[in-house]
Amino acid sequence: MTEYEVEVRVTPREGLLDPQGNAVARALRSLDFGGVEDVRVGKLIRLRVSADDALSARGRALEMCRKLLANPVTEDFQVDVREAVAL
Amino acid sequence: MPVAIVTFPGSNCDYDCYKALRDVLGVDAGFVWHRETSVGDADAVILPGGFSYGDHLRAGAIARFSPVMDAVAEFAGSGGLVLGICNGFQILCEAGLLPGALVRNDTRRFRGETVRVRVENATSPFTHAYERGQVLRLPIAHGEGGYLADEATLDELETQGRVAFRYVDAAGRATPEANPNGSARGIAGVLGAGGNVLGLMPHPERAVEELLGSTDGIGLFRSLVLSLAAAA
Repeated sequence: MTEYEVEVRVTPREGLLDPQGNAVARALRSLDFGGVEDVRVGKLIRLRVSADDALSARGRALEMCRKLLANPVTEDFQVDVREAVAL
Repeated sequence: MPVAIVTFPGSNCDYDCYKALRDVLGVDAGFVWHRETSVGDADAVILPGGFSYGDHLRAGAIARFSPVMDAVAEFAGSGGLVLGICNGFQILCEAGLLPGALVRNDTRRFRGETVRVRVENATSPFTHAYERGQVLRLPIAHGEGGYLADEATLDELETQGRVAFRYVDAAGRATPEANPNGSARGIAGVLGAGGNVLGLMPHPERAVEELLGSTDGIGLFRSLVLSLAAAA
């Protein structure tokens, strides 16, 4: 078994209203950060997962997303897997 | 125990439901802890409002995996009446017992106030004591009450009469201003495909006595109780 660092990014689905993102966009503009066209606020979930290989770690993370970590009605998700650095 | 009220860690409207049923309507009701794997001999199940599991991850996302939820799904699948109020509505959506999802209010604020909703379907087991088009004053108390579903699902809900309640203004019109949370089409409550599951964001259990400022919520519990009596 190898330990993997898995990063799950959960974001509001494209086209869905994101009140948090809009508030952040407005705040950035009021701080004179010009050129901010759009802001979407999501979640980053970091996991350490033991698995036989990266592919199976990824497969399990995707299953976690579908079952719990993301709501398919309102959220998109993306999974990144890399081998954990030995502590 | 004709009506089982499920208590999750973080439920806070369970006693309000209990009192609405016991004290106001004189109906037997009891609590079922979320660790239970059965709803016993209940004739109806209520998932009450609150903040189960601290609303972590998403409201209702963790509660929907509580052991009791398998029993609730089975109960609903066999035609049993299941009512989800506020957090209970969120749990029913997360569990897939109702379509759609509830997201953060478009106003970005927690809304705790009395709103008006119009009864859109007065034939369901939960709403038949009302008149269609009747406007109710009910409290809301939520941060994540924006009802969303894809357009096809929303159209289906409309054509099948499964929109139970809609946010309206004092004149009974569904305007954007009357919509407290950005819900699609101003939807405040929806029925499942079988008509035996209802979820709504407003709190009827907090509007059952004059002292509470409105008695408009009592009709929902009366409907439920009459439905049980008719089925018995």
